[in-house]
Amino acid sequence: MRIKARSISEGRGEGKAITLNEPFGFYGNVDSKTGIIIEKGNPLEGKSIKNRIFIFPNGKGSTVGSYVIYALKKNGAAPKAIINTETETIIATGAILAEIPCVDHPEKDIFQLIKDGDAVEVDGDAGEIIV
Amino acid sequence: MYLTKKEEEMLNGAEGGIVAKCMKLLVKLGEIYGADKMVKITSAQASGVSYKSIGEPGLEFLRGFAKDGAKVRVPTYLNPAGMDLGNWRDFGISEKFAKKQIEIIDAFKKMGVYLTCSCTPYLLGNLPRFKEHLAWSESSAVIFANSVIGARTNREGGPSALAAAITGRTGNYGLHLDENRKPDSLIDVKTDLKTNADFSALGYWTGKTIKDRIPYFCGIGDCTTDNLKIFGAAMAASGGIALYHIHDKTPEARQEIKNLEKIIFTANDLKKCRSELSDCDDPDLIVIGCPHASFAEIETLTKKLKGKKLTKELWIFTSRSQKIWADEMGYTGIIQEAGAKIVCDTCMVVSPLEEMDYKCIGTNSGKAAKYLPGFCKKKVYFADIDSLLEKGLK
Repeated sequence: MRIKARSISEGRGEGKAITLNEPFGFYGNVDSKTGIIIEKGNPLEGKSIKNRIFIFPNGKGSTVGSYVIYALKKNGAAPKAIINTETETIIATGAILAEIPCVDHPEKDIFQLIKDGDAVEVDGDAGEIIV
Repeated sequence: MYLTKKEEEMLNGAEGGIVAKCMKLLVKLGEIYGADKMVKITSAQASGVSYKSIGEPGLEFLRGFAKDGAKVRVPTYLNPAGMDLGNWRDFGISEKFAKKQIEIIDAFKKMGVYLTCSCTPYLLGNLPRFKEHLAWSESSAVIFANSVIGARTNREGGPSALAAAITGRTGNYGLHLDENRKPDSLIDVKTDLKTNADFSALGYWTGKTIKDRIPYFCGIGDCTTDNLKIFGAAMAASGGIALYHIHDKTPEARQEIKNLEKIIFTANDLKKCRSELSDCDDPDLIVIGCPHASFAEIETLTKKLKGKKLTKELWIFTSRSQKIWADEMGYTGIIQEAGAKIVCDTCMVVSPLEEMDYKCIGTNSGKAAKYLPGFCKKKVYFADIDSLLEKGLK
């Protein structure tokens, strides 16, 4: 299945999906060395986003989040791609600088269509999600 | 989004990889937010300087940029660091923290950023004009430039302001456009605002009440630039406000306000807000200078402290340039005689105060009062300078 989306950051990435149904802020909430989520009470606490297709609705919190996304990539602990409902500046800045493919505004409800562990491909150039 | 020939070339790598990367980021952000073109900026303010705020990821990012030869092409001023770069040892800063902080400063220096280390660039020689386009990323400076001066800047994040500084451009969207600068709520102030603390409390209340809208204030009488400095800072901290208008006081206040939703601010609201900001009343440390104290504010404090002896600690945060004048005028000596300290390059919010043994912090700043409990894990006593000094001299 192919789902149209808006391109935020270019490149292609494929991997297994990991989904979070609430806004996520990278600053202070993920270990930039391992990619493990450390936010207290986060449904994904203790799980890693490394090499996954990380799906969450939108960003929250500090502008320093951009720096954390960049560090994840430098440390080899970044997701393969990011899919949002609405990408705001902090995530967009981080994804573009770190060269992590990122798309938003998917034409279908991705939280219905994609489950954790599904094989997903993100085409950041064309703005497309392939499930 | 329309790009000039030069901008196309920058995007395609004619001026090197870093410029292309920055341009790509700005074009992308411009596209996401609906910019029709780029605008040239006249200056930038870079935030994300304290090692406490940006940590290892930020340091790594800046180190990489500096190593790859990034250079700013417009005057770029720097936000406060996590410590006084001169005498950090006197303030209980660890060697490890200092080493990392100095590395961050060195990276900015390599890029050609002025090491002003202050949140008040407009007091240090970076005074924009009406309608100039900027890329500033310190929320209290953003709101000052937009509101008091009528210059145009969005609330930039650290990396996007730096990218704008490196390319000299930003996307033409948000507050760069006239139509997005109109007020959308009217606040009728029915009480006299006398002190910085009063202005700060109203600012705090406004941000909390209307979040990220654009307020138009009526009923504010005489006010100083310093009043407006602390007023906007509180508003930008408790809400996401980047622009306000004050009737007869700010340059873009000639606007249609008839149909705006009206909110009234009474003496009782002021009282309530002031008490809401406090959760202790016996400060063991008093902090002034959020945003950084102006020379005039230092002079006022000097007069109040002359010949007195404090029983509590009092730190005055300011920029290095204002301190030089205080030194020259003999004010620093008078302040030190009274037992207080002038601290440069940093502030109470971005320094590692949480590692120090103070319990209740006294301040007249709504912005400081907002950040001290969470970011620094401290209780707050919020009051005007005279009440703070009364506690400090007791």
